[in-house]
Amino acid sequence: MAAVTDTMTGPAAPVIRKTPKGTFDVVFRNASLLAALLVLVLLAGIMLSMVIGGWPAFREFGLGFITSSVWDTQNEQYGAWPAIVGTLSTALIALVIGVPLSLGIAVYLTQLAPPWFKQPVSTAIELLAAVPSIIYGMWGLFVFVPLFAAYVQIPLSNIVEGIPIVGTVLYSRSPSGLGILTAGFILAFMIIPFIASITRDMLEQIPSVLRESAYGIGATTWEVVRHVLVPQAGVSIIGAIMLGLGRALGETMAVTFVVGNANRLSASIMDPGSTIASRIANEFNEAMGLQLNALIALGCILFFVTFVVLIIARILVSRVKSY
Amino acid sequence: MRKILILAAATIGLSGVAQAADITGAGATFPFPIYAKWAEAYKKETNIGLNYQSIGSGGGIRQIKAKTVAFGATDAPLKGEDLTKDGLIQFPTVMGGVVPAVNIAGVAPGQLKLSGDIIAEIYLGTIKKWNDPKITAINAGVTLPDANINPVYRSDGSGTTFVFTDYLSKVSPEWKTKIGTNTAVQWPVGIGGKGNEGVSASVKQVANSIGYVEYAYAKQNKLAHALVKNADGNFPAPDDKAFQAAAANANWNEAPGFGISLNNQKGAQAWPITSATFLLVHAKPEKPEEVQAALKFVDWAYKSGDQLALDLDYVPLPANVKDQVRNAWKGVTDPAGKPIF
Repeated sequence: MAAVTDTMTGPAAPVIRKTPKGTFDVVFRNASLLAALLVLVLLAGIMLSMVIGGWPAFREFGLGFITSSVWDTQNEQYGAWPAIVGTLSTALIALVIGVPLSLGIAVYLTQLAPPWFKQPVSTAIELLAAVPSIIYGMWGLFVFVPLFAAYVQIPLSNIVEGIPIVGTVLYSRSPSGLGILTAGFILAFMIIPFIASITRDMLEQIPSVLRESAYGIGATTWEVVRHVLVPQAGVSIIGAIMLGLGRALGETMAVTFVVGNANRLSASIMDPGSTIASRIANEFNEAMGLQLNALIALGCILFFVTFVVLIIARILVSRVKSY
Repeated sequence: MRKILILAAATIGLSGVAQAADITGAGATFPFPIYAKWAEAYKKETNIGLNYQSIGSGGGIRQIKAKTVAFGATDAPLKGEDLTKDGLIQFPTVMGGVVPAVNIAGVAPGQLKLSGDIIAEIYLGTIKKWNDPKITAINAGVTLPDANINPVYRSDGSGTTFVFTDYLSKVSPEWKTKIGTNTAVQWPVGIGGKGNEGVSASVKQVANSIGYVEYAYAKQNKLAHALVKNADGNFPAPDDKAFQAAAANANWNEAPGFGISLNNQKGAQAWPITSATFLLVHAKPEKPEEVQAALKFVDWAYKSGDQLALDLDYVPLPANVKDQVRNAWKGVTDPAGKPIF
């Protein structure tokens, strides 16, 4: 109240300015440092508890835990190799199917689609990203698997039977529709929304002056996409693919439904297999003793595999940047 | 203030009642439907509830060893030395059967006949086609396709798998040496479904497949079953009479903790793949009143729960076995060494 009277009566009262105080800056800096540290502590904590939990299995089997293909609860012999191969191959199949489709969706939506079509498709992609993974699993098991068996697997098996290499990779002894390839398909559907929507956002961020000048010198749409847009958004696209790959490597319930859950190695991608995550989901409930340790050790390996994949992604991104 | 006090007093009172009343148990998923039904009826009569977590047999054994529940439940019985080591007493509560479910175009439910060694060879991968001479030999008049067999198994650890592999080990020496008996085994061929639902979904959808599920489950979901040759060479229909016939000829005192296998028992009408499910309690419990309440519940189920079990396609234990179990409960004592039942 006094201040108000002062300014009203005083002829030329100076504007009162607050001197900047560093208190909040310090609090803010420390709070965000704490948040950043928490990530490191959490990561180290998870890693440590996985290693401790899985240690009895690593100690018992040594390197053989990774290279052995035996998973025998009866005789307490455990090996992770089929699950590691299954994890990597399903994720690879998902990328091979999912990445071109995602990029196609993103390019079409940003460059070619008429406005009335753009909005519904964009919304649909975001909705697909929100579908819980168990729904993908159930849809896969009840809808995709029977169709895949009847129209792809059985006819294909009849054609390729006996042909060298192709006959090994694509022949299915029991054409049930379940298997490594099916899991790869379902995973592809699951990662498409992620890769497509991030890529779309990135392509939209590219300044339109770049595109316009390319068109100005007579480039075709294909040339603009190939030589202007993709190099510009390259780093982000790889980042989006890595996010998708991360999801594909760790996906559990959907894969458990459709992968066929066989703890053995097969040369055919049509045959049932298992992934690290699906095996943990299947056996954790009933596991005791060494089996439990072996499952935690599997989790530890998955952790490590994902880690290595992310490091490779980092290297790729830095290469693209320098180029 | 007074209102709050009254409310607080009421809440404390209520929770006190609830805690004294609830029996805690955890384990096998196979008997969960009947335990839930019994618990419902028991609560109506006595106002004592049952809190049963169906987390699987392995989980039940873990929990009773950790003493976090009054009783654990398992489909795969513990061996005598394990019972002694952990100071546990084991007894059966109810029985059920496991049936092979098949999906072959043109073959009606109950039409296909199989024998134990044929089933073993199918799951070993040595019999590959439905029109294999070994299968057609016992199926005169049934047209079987020249198609690959798709065997389906439980991918999660399961008491059903224990019963099924125990049966195969009994009828096939090759199965016994190569694969053995467990809640999860190393299947040489086939696809794995998670849970009864996973197995039955695969059998229903995949042409030319065979799977195994609990009879109660197969019946409620109208799965087409196959008949299996029993120890007397007959092919009985899987029903409660056939399961009871298997139990009638068994010698329950042969294994400690009643942990016998009812598989491949003698008897003209005995269904060959039959099993009991078991409860585990500590012989010297730290909280005897909790275990006493659990035993009273089981005693009630033995006396008044048979019809409920039959309604759900489970099979009650024979009366003499129930008496033997009650006798075994005398081994459960309070800290002073006095039997609590």
